[in-house]
Amino acid sequence: MLTKRIIPCLDIKNGRTVKGVNFMDLRDAGDPVELAAAYAANGADELVLLDISATEERRRTLATLVECVAEKVNIPFTVGGGISSIADVDLLLHSGADKVSVNSSAVKRPELINELSSKFGSQCVVVAIDAKEIENDWRVHLVGGKVSTELNLFTWAKEAEDRGAGEILFTSMNNDGTKNGFANEALARLSEELNIPIIASGGAGIMQHFLDTFTEGKADGALAASVFHYKEIGIAELKQYLNTHGVPMRI
Amino acid sequence: MKIVIIDYGAGNIKNVKFAVERLGYQAILSDDEATIRTADKVIFPGVGEASSAMRKLDSTRLSIVIPTLKQPVLGICLGMQLMCKSTEEGSTEGLGIFNVDVFKFSKEVKVPQIGWNQIENLESTIFNGIKEKEFMYLVHSYYAPLCSASIAQTTYGITYSSALQKDNFYGVQFHPEKSSVAGEKILENFLKI
Repeated sequence: MLTKRIIPCLDIKNGRTVKGVNFMDLRDAGDPVELAAAYAANGADELVLLDISATEERRRTLATLVECVAEKVNIPFTVGGGISSIADVDLLLHSGADKVSVNSSAVKRPELINELSSKFGSQCVVVAIDAKEIENDWRVHLVGGKVSTELNLFTWAKEAEDRGAGEILFTSMNNDGTKNGFANEALARLSEELNIPIIASGGAGIMQHFLDTFTEGKADGALAASVFHYKEIGIAELKQYLNTHGVPMRI
Repeated sequence: MKIVIIDYGAGNIKNVKFAVERLGYQAILSDDEATIRTADKVIFPGVGEASSAMRKLDSTRLSIVIPTLKQPVLGICLGMQLMCKSTEEGSTEGLGIFNVDVFKFSKEVKVPQIGWNQIENLESTIFNGIKEKEFMYLVHSYYAPLCSASIAQTTYGITYSSALQKDNFYGVQFHPEKSSVAGEKILENFLKI
């Protein structure tokens, strides 16, 4: 049986992890390679590396980092953050990324999704969507949630699928950082309206939230950062808990 | 031991090289016929779209070279599918090593299948030390049905071949290079044939 996926997210700035300083007695907690390897060893099913740096050197720094992670880590990982061209994706995939995620750049120029999926295959194209529910309308936001658009989450997600996205990573801005659980109603609707995997992001606080997002939210994977980085939830423990509650997990 | 990973410009093959290196071996990336023919082990990876990958194999004569290799050959993911008779993806003729046609998953399941699924009915030395229902990482929209060459099966809507073998040719639908310790063990078993 295909299992549900637990996906820690590492925020990267100038080649260093931003959070996670207390994690697992690492020699160098700011080293994304060591952190990624530790997550893999602890049973993470996949990783997301999100580059939040804004320097001009970022592309080369990121590609070098991706190569170092690929050398050491034996599970798949997705790289996202500021990717806007075929050349960006080509460099990252050739450095060892398994998938890339595009966000604002795809909203600005939706054809990018078609171009990437036909050149590299849908399986490596993740469309990340940040959305906020405003008066019963889920509006897509850009630039890490800073800029609001008129675009509706469900309309955009469907368009992304039609254009060749292999997966949707949906972050609810209403839930992100609250630790009150994922946006399960919207997630379930995405899962019903689309026929590609949906990854839930934003809101993880306790183990029950993961159970809820896989059952009520019908998510295929769940992404979280701080609860894992600060060891509030252990990955092995979480997967055992979910398995006991009937969610198929790789144990 | 000389390990050659066939480099025909399809997808990310560095991950396969890294996995081989984690096992303590070195691997050469090459599309050169002589280099491939003199290898002890050949790995035929592939991520991407079938018809364009096949065109690359045709243009470099690799489509003639690969089926005539005598040493152990391991096709991974699209590599395995291209070793079949044909694939529905882009209506592509394959290398015909495995006598089976590749089809697209039906709409009753989410396509592509992405994630960890189980392999069972394991029937090959490449699965030595691997337990039944072990989890492997899979990313694919097309599948090879069960057939006489099946050496492992997986269920996603239907039950299909997640590994194939005929003579010196092996193919795995999953990514051993991305399937944690168990995946590396399968890769190691292949390298030790």
